[in-house]
Amino acid sequence: MSRLPSSPRTVASALGSVGSVLIGRAARTVTKLRGGGGSAFPGLVVEKLDPHFLARTLHRLPRGVIVVSGTNGKTTTTKMVVELLQGQGLKVFTNRSGSNFTRGVVASILEEVRLSGKLDADIAVLELDEAHAVHFVKAVRPNHSLLLNVMRDQLDRFGEIDTTAGMLRTIAQHTVEAVVLNREDPRVRAIAQTLGTQQVDYFGLSESLRSHFPSDDDFHSAPASAADHPHADVVLEQLIEGGGRFTVDGESVTTSLTVNGAYNTFNAAAAMAVVRQALGDAVDAPALIDSLSKVSPAFGRGESLTVQGRPLDLVLVKNPSGFRLGLSSFAPGGVATMIAINDNYADGRDMSWLWDVEFASLAEEGVRMISGVRAYDMALRLKYDDVDFDAVEPDLKLALTRFLQENPDQPARIFCTYTAMLALRKLLGAYTEVEAF
Amino acid sequence: MAEPRPIHVLQLYPRDMNIYGDFGNALVLQRRLQWRGYEPILHSYDPEDEFPEQVDIVIGGGGQDSGQDKIQQDLLRIGEKLHTLANSGTPMLMICGLYQLFGHSFRTREGREIKGVGILDLRTEGTDTRLIGNVVAESKEFGEILGYENHSGQTYLGPGVQPLARVTKGAGNNAKDAHEGARWKNIVGSYLHGSLLPKNPAIADFLIAKAVENRFDEPIAAQIDPSGANQPIEELTRQARATATRRPR
Repeated sequence: MSRLPSSPRTVASALGSVGSVLIGRAARTVTKLRGGGGSAFPGLVVEKLDPHFLARTLHRLPRGVIVVSGTNGKTTTTKMVVELLQGQGLKVFTNRSGSNFTRGVVASILEEVRLSGKLDADIAVLELDEAHAVHFVKAVRPNHSLLLNVMRDQLDRFGEIDTTAGMLRTIAQHTVEAVVLNREDPRVRAIAQTLGTQQVDYFGLSESLRSHFPSDDDFHSAPASAADHPHADVVLEQLIEGGGRFTVDGESVTTSLTVNGAYNTFNAAAAMAVVRQALGDAVDAPALIDSLSKVSPAFGRGESLTVQGRPLDLVLVKNPSGFRLGLSSFAPGGVATMIAINDNYADGRDMSWLWDVEFASLAEEGVRMISGVRAYDMALRLKYDDVDFDAVEPDLKLALTRFLQENPDQPARIFCTYTAMLALRKLLGAYTEVEAF
Repeated sequence: MAEPRPIHVLQLYPRDMNIYGDFGNALVLQRRLQWRGYEPILHSYDPEDEFPEQVDIVIGGGGQDSGQDKIQQDLLRIGEKLHTLANSGTPMLMICGLYQLFGHSFRTREGREIKGVGILDLRTEGTDTRLIGNVVAESKEFGEILGYENHSGQTYLGPGVQPLARVTKGAGNNAKDAHEGARWKNIVGSYLHGSLLPKNPAIADFLIAKAVENRFDEPIAAQIDPSGANQPIEELTRQARATATRRPR
């Protein structure tokens, strides 16, 4: 390859951040003019031209960077951390656009940064996909990281669950100050042993709740004993209707939550733990709980809509633990249930996971509609669990129309994989206001 | 009502070798036994457990490499019992990790030799390439076999076993020949998850037929589908299989 002195890289470096910002914005304009919806392209351009842009910009933030990673619950937890910090009076930068890769972060920065390359924020909270997070933390060492869990949905992308755990370990090892770990996930908990000087705090569950949140390892055997569980700064003690009871720094706190579902309540414990760690003694405890109670669910994660006058819940399910929690979080009584299972790349192509979920809790009410590319895999699964269903229609549009028509007066709930949820949201837009994504 | 006739299903190492949904195989065997009027009794066997006295079918699944390390010593410990069962025609289904360990050896990428129980004449080598994706394979015995593979170990068959099937989509045993799985006596070895049995009931019914023949010396009873409200299981299976053949790798 030739090395021309006038290569774009040299130009951008000479111009510094101003040049990068201008070039990135130009790329963004081009992308939009071409009708492209992808948010990563401008980030790609800047990353190629000025690889240090990201680190330089984020390191200028007075309170540094918090990274949130794990296989499940990143989006909602990141949103919680952001809103908790805002409730403490901080200006927070986050990667809202949903493209949670390094380029997506650069793209998000380009939207908000001033021409000087300075972000108008006190702190950054970034949701990072495990695979890309490793690349990211080598470029930008976070001050704090929050590591949620290692569950099985990523297996056919990364090969093995232990590989995914290794990626989270790398994130922790590149974190400068302190990490927050999920005490209940054996693979995440074990990361503590590989760390040097970083402070480690935990969030966790009370003993009575542990069986409610089984890990993949626990599914066919008894959960690990409580004996080797370290002290947790924030513990979810009890699930109550519409909220939870926590122990925070030894004090019992009960709060209602706008997000629903058991897993989101556990994510709230995670979010509180990392905010308490990042702010230390400066944290305003009553304000923290107040903000927590107001956090609305992230896109599609336990989202409640009103469709033709009836409540309709969309519940994202993408792995056995998530599906089991979804089933146990929402009582099936009096609700019309639909299940939509796709196997596109973002859902995971392997259908094995459906066989590690027990569907007996749906047996009494049955299931009104099964849809998605793999509708018949799901139907077969229910058949082997003796759960009755009314109809199987792989086409999501036909299925949704029929499901709404045939169940007019009942609250509705749709368990759906990621790409099925994207499609259903689009279709539901014809019936109701669905927040644009 | 006729006396219940038990069939004992032994599931090997569900604690450490369960991570890929192979529990579906245990469930399918149980249900299909029930639908034929037999009483399935599922024994879960983990390291150091007592080996059950009566065993009619043995099944095992895939796990992490770390899970494989945990069970290997115990597998060798019960090796003689498994050899006896295998030689006497007990039907067995071994998937992925336990399929590998039913062979002579597994040589890791680092060159370490992990001894298998040596029931199937095959050897496995660890590689840096992971074979991942949907698989379609053709078997003379069972027809088209559908599943999902996810393994970095590559397996080569010796002359003492036959391939279970010939791959038409995907990799199967290794990246070189088109073999998928292994067959010997009444043992089926395979890399395929999915779970394997729900969408390949011909294999489930083979295992059940052999078990019933061994135990009661009779052909299996016809299957009575219990829930009339749903579509019949044959139709659901046919549709799920049709979808699986159309999906990308």
